[in-house]
Amino acid sequence: MLETLEAQYADALEALAASESSEALDAWQSAWLGRRGAITASLRATGQLPPETRAAWGKRANEIRQLLTQAHEEREEAIRSAELLLDLEGGFIDVTLPGRRRQAGGLHPSTRILREFARIWGEMGFQVYRSRDVETDEYNFQYLNFPPHHPARDMQDSFYTTTPGVILRTHTSPGQIRAMRDLGAGGTRPVRVILPGMCYRYEQITARSEVQFHQVEGLAVGRGIRMTDLKGTVAAFARRMFGENARVRYRASYFPFTEPSMEIDVECFLCDGSGCRVCKYSGWLEIAGSGMVHPTVLRNGGYDPSEWSGFAFGMGPERSAMLRHDIHDIRYFWGNDLRFLEQF
Amino acid sequence: MLVPLSWLRDLVDVDVPAEWLAERLTLAGLEVAAINYLGLPQGAVKGVRWPPSDHLVWDRDRLLLGAIREVRAHPNADRLVLAMVDYGGDALEQCVTGAANLFEFRGAGPLEPSLWAPFAMEGAELWDGHSETPKRLRLKERALRGIPNRSIVCSEKELGLSDEHEGILLLEDDGSFRPGTPLQDVLGDVVFDIELTPNLARCFSILGVAREVAALLDKPLRRPDTDVLAEGPPIDGQADIHIEDPALNPRFTLALLRDTRVGPSPLWLQQRLRLVGQRPINNIVDVTNYITFELGQPLHAFDYDKLLARADGASPAITTRHARPGETLTTLEGTRRDLDAHDIILLDSAGILSLGGVIGGAETEIDDNTCNVLLEAANWNPVNIRRTMQSQKVITDAGVRFSRGVHPSIAADGVRRGIELMRRHGGGTVAAGIVDDYPLPPEPVQVDLTVAEIQRIMGVDFAAEEATAILRRLEFAVNVQANQMEVTAPEHRLDISSEAVTGQADLIEELARIYGYDRIPDSMIDDELPPPHADLALEHEELLRDLLATLGLRENISHRFSSPEREALLTPGGGPGFHTQPYVELLNPVAPEKRALRHTLLTQLLDSAAANARRRETQQVFEIGQVYLPQANEELPREPRRLALLLTGRRRVPDWQGDADDGLLNFFDLKGVLERLLASFKIPGVLWGRGEHASLHPGRSAAIRSQEVTLGHAGELHPLVAQAFDLSDAPVLVAELDLERLLERSNWRSYPLQALPLTPPVFQDIALVLREEVAAADVETALRRAGGDLLQDLRLFDVYTGDPVPPGHKSLAFNLVYQTDARTLTDREVAKVHRKIVRAAENQLGATLRA
Repeated sequence: MLETLEAQYADALEALAASESSEALDAWQSAWLGRRGAITASLRATGQLPPETRAAWGKRANEIRQLLTQAHEEREEAIRSAELLLDLEGGFIDVTLPGRRRQAGGLHPSTRILREFARIWGEMGFQVYRSRDVETDEYNFQYLNFPPHHPARDMQDSFYTTTPGVILRTHTSPGQIRAMRDLGAGGTRPVRVILPGMCYRYEQITARSEVQFHQVEGLAVGRGIRMTDLKGTVAAFARRMFGENARVRYRASYFPFTEPSMEIDVECFLCDGSGCRVCKYSGWLEIAGSGMVHPTVLRNGGYDPSEWSGFAFGMGPERSAMLRHDIHDIRYFWGNDLRFLEQF
Repeated sequence: MLVPLSWLRDLVDVDVPAEWLAERLTLAGLEVAAINYLGLPQGAVKGVRWPPSDHLVWDRDRLLLGAIREVRAHPNADRLVLAMVDYGGDALEQCVTGAANLFEFRGAGPLEPSLWAPFAMEGAELWDGHSETPKRLRLKERALRGIPNRSIVCSEKELGLSDEHEGILLLEDDGSFRPGTPLQDVLGDVVFDIELTPNLARCFSILGVAREVAALLDKPLRRPDTDVLAEGPPIDGQADIHIEDPALNPRFTLALLRDTRVGPSPLWLQQRLRLVGQRPINNIVDVTNYITFELGQPLHAFDYDKLLARADGASPAITTRHARPGETLTTLEGTRRDLDAHDIILLDSAGILSLGGVIGGAETEIDDNTCNVLLEAANWNPVNIRRTMQSQKVITDAGVRFSRGVHPSIAADGVRRGIELMRRHGGGTVAAGIVDDYPLPPEPVQVDLTVAEIQRIMGVDFAAEEATAILRRLEFAVNVQANQMEVTAPEHRLDISSEAVTGQADLIEELARIYGYDRIPDSMIDDELPPPHADLALEHEELLRDLLATLGLRENISHRFSSPEREALLTPGGGPGFHTQPYVELLNPVAPEKRALRHTLLTQLLDSAAANARRRETQQVFEIGQVYLPQANEELPREPRRLALLLTGRRRVPDWQGDADDGLLNFFDLKGVLERLLASFKIPGVLWGRGEHASLHPGRSAAIRSQEVTLGHAGELHPLVAQAFDLSDAPVLVAELDLERLLERSNWRSYPLQALPLTPPVFQDIALVLREEVAAADVETALRRAGGDLLQDLRLFDVYTGDPVPPGHKSLAFNLVYQTDARTLTDREVAKVHRKIVRAAENQLGATLRA
């Protein structure tokens, strides 16, 4: 009787030795030890045997199953090692092939710079205030101390609309008046805002000039705002934006809505001020116009200029982006060419 | 404005390098845009950077002042002569030259006085006088028609002064000329190109800039001489002036020079005019220009005899007034002009003479035969001058200055200095005195300034003495008492306000400018912080941008200009659309297709997409921005913000791994983006239904609603619109949403989170065969209702038509998830609710279970 078992055992061992892969081993497993395997069947058959042989048969069948299980494990271990070795030694890919393309979205460079401006100024207590694009001549010019026919109007060529006295804002400065009137509580509360927005000028569209561009205006009005604060605040901004060692230069200038007025230059971060094409070999990059808010403008915002003072500044995010990324053509910004946008 | 350093030095001592002075002027608000060098080397000043200049530097050893002692005939050539030049060497140097302006001296023997000219020796570097394009050369010996030649006398072109190469440059001995002096020391110069902001009208002259230089360097200013040698009979009775409206013409002065001769100006004067960009004409006209540039007071010269003739021999009487409708004037360049009421005219008994402050008339101008000159120096209202230049489209040196503002006090200085220079260079006799009608002198401006006010605005503690000293350098008169200054503005300034606070700001600016902005310390604001006012809409908008970028879309920002014609392309069948709403229209558009402000973001997105389609197989973009909607009875339009999306092209760009082509992006790609967006912003009660949008395909588009409020439309672009925008290659999916409506319904800040399940879910699938017209959303609603609380979730995973599904039918297959936290569901419970769902589908939707 038991010979049948022994013969099975021998066959199983032989078959195991012939199994050379994980797949063959799995097949062997189910053929001999699986639920319908031969050894399992032999074990199940124990109950049908005459009682006198039952014990010996069952014992031997169990032993064989254990021996085979153990042999299988050993065999499995050997095959796994061999296969692992094979994979590690031979399974090479060409890692220089390009990766699978993922389609990425992204934000417009102007948005990115606008956010950076907003974050830095936000840290210094300046909150965003948004103002309209289509403006009246009063807000865009007159309240800002540009009387009609003032030569300073030549500095900003306007788009006029068919409604008399209505123009596209040439700068974000009309937002100064709106912010003071809106937030200043009749000239009794301080204001500290930045005013980002699109501005429009009547220009030929060329690599250097566009009919629309973003500006970020800043305004701080309070009972104790001084020129030293303007310098310190803008210098802090420049360090955050252009690097901790950024040197800043201030030049007297003129804007009708500020006095004293100044242009702010930062040392060219591309050449460290030694002179290059981008800074036109001057070592300086113009980053902002600024000044102390003109008394007339404070008055138009509802404040008494003998008690309140303020500073204002304006800068161009597209210009910052152009400097940072060595962009030579401002037309890229509104062209929506994906070859441009995908670089951000 | 061009400012030669040599001219500046007439009026103020400059003992600093030109580059340093240019930097100082720039920091003080007179921006030196460029430094042009004439022969001199560029200086290097520590801490000051200027762009390197590649101009020709005149060799100090080889480019010298030469005296031509004699001009001899060339033995072999008629068009060449031999100039015998004394350059300070042992012998005269013989230069072969074709200079036309030497021919008249040929064979005249030794010249007394000598002719002075720039002389270049062998080895000197010069510009090639014969080259069309700028080219440098080094002088080498070569024979010219048989006569050896190793040095030349130079033209302006060879020195880099101008393009003039007809003759050589002849110089005028001012008494100091010595042969052999390096040319650098004679003609070398530095010219600043200064850009003046509108507030610096007072600096629109050499004197104006010199005054700033004097203040910056703390040097005395030497005013140009205004003494006149007036030996003629008094001017009274020889000319008269009548000002009708002093507001137009606050001052008018006249001087008279008799028996002068019109001819070329002296060379030094011609040279100066060239340095400031003027072309010399004759001694009379050149002096009017010279004074305009030197003092900033434009002059106008009349031929006095022509005036007399017009008055039939009577003494000329000039009136100034507004022009009247229908009046015309032919100006001296020959243009006949129709005049407007804002133009200011000069007229005499015979008619209009000139456009005051802008341009003279042809009839009374100076010509070669003029011998008596009536010289005008007047003052004009800047606004009128500005409007005249705009409406008459004429820009003159006089008009540019008057339109910015010239102080009337300068007029008398101008007319005196002008008439004297004319006398000196043309001869003749000046009538004694001037006619001076000055009906409207500006009020003197006085401002009280305190040390406390300086501190309040500037943040710097100035001592009253220090502030006073700076203001006096700028010619302000200051009475100082303790910390109080009583300041009177000098006569040349129009920019100091008499209103207290503004006047103080004007003075503080002057203090800061001269003191130096760089010396003012930095501080951080220590003022009261304003109350916070977060712009929630902006925060939402930024989140939206991030989300869309994360979903693979690129942000576009377009021009906000459009036109009704462009936007009409979005309504293919005609009829109402974006283009039939009122526009904000521009009076001065840059192009017809940019003549209005947009009503929709779609036009520009489609234009960009058409351009990008040539370069990209797939495009997924969005734009956020306002549109402009005029309102009845409102001056300003509404500017609501919109969100637009555009998807087109291949769903996936194939790569080397050979992925199966997923096909083209379709409606459901767009819907997927929008669903993600609506879900992220927790927009409640979203419904997608049939929507009628003229730009979209009627069958493949939808209106998106949230609780009855339409947020916008999404769908495939109407084929005719796609064709109009040249986008027919692949379906173009677009959506435009009202951003404000969308964001105000957003509940992303506080919404209840779903707790994680406590018991295991049970998954079941169901496949239903339905009539084709049954909407998937209705099926979902019916299944959810039937499933009740136990149906946790449901997801459509297959839509199938075709065999074995009968024609006119489709199969929809859903994954169903059953789960409740109350207990672990038993098979029986699940089977029960599943049956209920099947029954509901059969009864309510006419569905059958797919085998």
